Amino acid sequence: MFGLEKKDAALLLIVAVVTLCAPILLNPFPAGSEMAQFNAGYPDLMQRFAIYGIFAIGFNILFGLTGYLSFGHAAFLGVGSYSAVWMFKLLSMNIIPGIILSVIVAGLFSLVIGFISLRRSGIYFSILTLAFAQMSYNLAYSVLTPITNGETGLQLSLNDPRVLDAARTTGSLPVTTLFGAEMRSATSVQFGVWEWQFSTGFYVSAVLMLLALYLAIRIFRSPFGIMLRAVKSNQNRMSYTGLNVRPYTLAAFVISGMYAGLAGGLLAAMDPLAGAERMQWTASGEVVIMTILGGAGTLLGPIIGAGFIKYFENIFSKINDNVLHDWFAFLPDGLNDFVVTVIAPFFGDGWNLTMGLMFMAVVIFLPGGLVDGARRIGRLFRRKPAGAKRPDAATKPAE
Amino acid sequence: MSKLHFTRRRLIGTGAMAGAGLAMPTIFTGASWAQSQGGFTNAPTGGTVTLGFNVPQTGPYADEGKDELLAQQLAVEHLNGQGDGGCLNTFSSKALKGNGILGKKVQFVTGDTQTKSDAARAAAKSMIEKDGAVMINGGSSSGVAVAVQGLCQEAGIIFMAGLTHSNDTTGKDKKANGFRHFFNAYMSGAALAPVLANTYGKDRRAYHLTADYTWGWTQQESMVKATEAVGWETVNTVLTPLAATDFSSYIAPVLNSGADVLVLNHYGGNMVNSLTNAVQFGLLDKQVNGKDFAIVVPLYSELMANGAGENIKGVLGSMNWNWQLQDEGTKAFVKSFGEKYGRPPSNSAQTCYAQVLLYADAVERAGTFNPCGVGEALEGFEFDGLGNGKTLYRADDHQCFKDVLVVRGNQNPTNPYDTLEIVEVTPVEQVTYAPDHPMFAGGELGQCNPGA
Repeated sequence: MFGLEKKDAALLLIVAVVTLCAPILLNPFPAGSEMAQFNAGYPDLMQRFAIYGIFAIGFNILFGLTGYLSFGHAAFLGVGSYSAVWMFKLLSMNIIPGIILSVIVAGLFSLVIGFISLRRSGIYFSILTLAFAQMSYNLAYSVLTPITNGETGLQLSLNDPRVLDAARTTGSLPVTTLFGAEMRSATSVQFGVWEWQFSTGFYVSAVLMLLALYLAIRIFRSPFGIMLRAVKSNQNRMSYTGLNVRPYTLAAFVISGMYAGLAGGLLAAMDPLAGAERMQWTASGEVVIMTILGGAGTLLGPIIGAGFIKYFENIFSKINDNVLHDWFAFLPDGLNDFVVTVIAPFFGDGWNLTMGLMFMAVVIFLPGGLVDGARRIGRLFRRKPAGAKRPDAATKPAE
Repeated sequence: MSKLHFTRRRLIGTGAMAGAGLAMPTIFTGASWAQSQGGFTNAPTGGTVTLGFNVPQTGPYADEGKDELLAQQLAVEHLNGQGDGGCLNTFSSKALKGNGILGKKVQFVTGDTQTKSDAARAAAKSMIEKDGAVMINGGSSSGVAVAVQGLCQEAGIIFMAGLTHSNDTTGKDKKANGFRHFFNAYMSGAALAPVLANTYGKDRRAYHLTADYTWGWTQQESMVKATEAVGWETVNTVLTPLAATDFSSYIAPVLNSGADVLVLNHYGGNMVNSLTNAVQFGLLDKQVNGKDFAIVVPLYSELMANGAGENIKGVLGSMNWNWQLQDEGTKAFVKSFGEKYGRPPSNSAQTCYAQVLLYADAVERAGTFNPCGVGEALEGFEFDGLGNGKTLYRADDHQCFKDVLVVRGNQNPTNPYDTLEIVEVTPVEQVTYAPDHPMFAGGELGQCNPGA
């Protein structure tokens, strides 16, 4: 189907079904129940799952295939966001021009940065990309304020020109649309005790994520993809055989930059604001962690990693001391306080700590990421011996 | 490349599944949020109402954020009739009865802004979309306030800004659904300049170090204008990167510039570091142009004062509120905060506490949670008894107008919380400006948005 092998088509199909049913699957707990705070099925978070999924898929094309660890990918995300918001300000609230421009601008930007950074490999490449990203961040924060609006972030305002739909602007700020369908509109459905929210914005992001995944699968399975893997396994040998690897790595870099631009543009399309901190090194680090947590070099890993991190950031961080006290209300007072004091650092504002511990555990015990974990569990229950499995270059360590 | 052979049966099966998946969003055409719930976003239905407290719990302003959170929890207790009632007893409006808001018990959810616009908006969105918060309150940093204010405007709920001092929040970025209790950079300048002229004379030469972002610029602009109006000369203004931790290279040129006053338009860790550097360079012991060298920090906070320790002794600055004030509102708030948490509240805590009460009171007086009704009740509202004296919520820009404190680092602190002493309470008339003042021009409130 669509030029995919059977196994990949099945994978894409499963992901598609899961993604499109996400509003239901992510709300397993009845609304109003104690457990409802663990539900992730609200539009904003689901959009983030999909968008950061795209970001991580793109990053994985570079890191997972070529082994080049870019520490500056957030710069492309940020550039994409700024371009999209400028399109909303100048041209139209329709998200199509914004997203197209963000992909193009991010592509050009990554071409420039990639052209310079790819002269080195390994740690030097990482440092170069990191330097460029931090440079972009600092420029956006101060010198480029007329374009980026600095610390406050670029926002829509009532007196933007918006050439194509200026006539429709009324007293309140316009919202982003896709040919009239508002991104933020959501339909809420009561089904028994459950409550599901189907939002336009999420489905737009989800469809784009599926397209992004499809494209990534095609790249992974193409001769180009095999060439990229060859770069990862031994670049010197490639050079000795007379191949110039730079065009391949540069192409991979630009493609993954465009993915990041798409994600940035989508972020802006869902919420028309672009802030400089989107380009900060922590944001670049986040996508690295997403990819490694999920499984670098695997198709699904990055999406799973992105989902995990965003879930922790948004759900875990809201479990404050009060909630914890409620949980352990059945314990006697002194013991309750004690238990809450002990575990509180891991919840609420301490979500970073929990995340860090998980990351360590994954890196130490599951070098292939969460996908590797799932595969191991799957192997336990399979009748065939493990030797029958398809050889997969993905789990080989980077040099 | 494809070697995939679907049998007809499988093709039909998969096709049906994919089709069902795609059609899913359109099958259910249930009532949208608004229609089922009364015309505005997150209208509370049961016996409870949920407020969202969005404060920095991680990042550079985490300490401040935690203080704000404590104050907000205290406000919720008072609204629900627990504790000693705090400022409910001193508040000039008597609409609140200690039985929640409009008879609904007040609950709250919290979010972490991380002092980043993006994260703050994500946290606010999750509180609005998932937890059904009907109002967002709190936060430190003007960038975050402006970003979340924009979001609340779009979502159709009320935003009560916490600690945000930039002119832009109620200037060029003002929004109909957003309200600010805290004072701003213009007010700091207007309150400080006369005190500076009295203390240091009218023929001073000032050198500005300014944090390189929106707040720093408006702060610098305000201070330059205000000090030049009393006769000072501005020798130089230098922007410093926000991430800077060592300001030595910026301090050294000050010595040779012929300036005799250093104005530090820095906040938080920036200010602690730059002030410490300046003191280490011995600026305060210097004599320039025959006058003692002076340092001014236009915006003070208790946490900065603690951080800078000894170095702030004698340094002038301004504040929104201080726990040492002696009016009834302050006493009531400091008493209940102190009894519950064992220390006096910071001025950011007070602003957040006041904002919760002001919101609750406006809902009570409007008789509805509808943001448009609440906005109308807040616009032009005059009140007293929350600690800042007589205060007006101006309708033109949703900024509170009240007295501003000029404070000085205490020379002889008697306890750890006594780091700042009040020099003067600048009356509100002196810090009031026209709504179309050039420093605040360029934005418009727009119409209030009750949401879909």
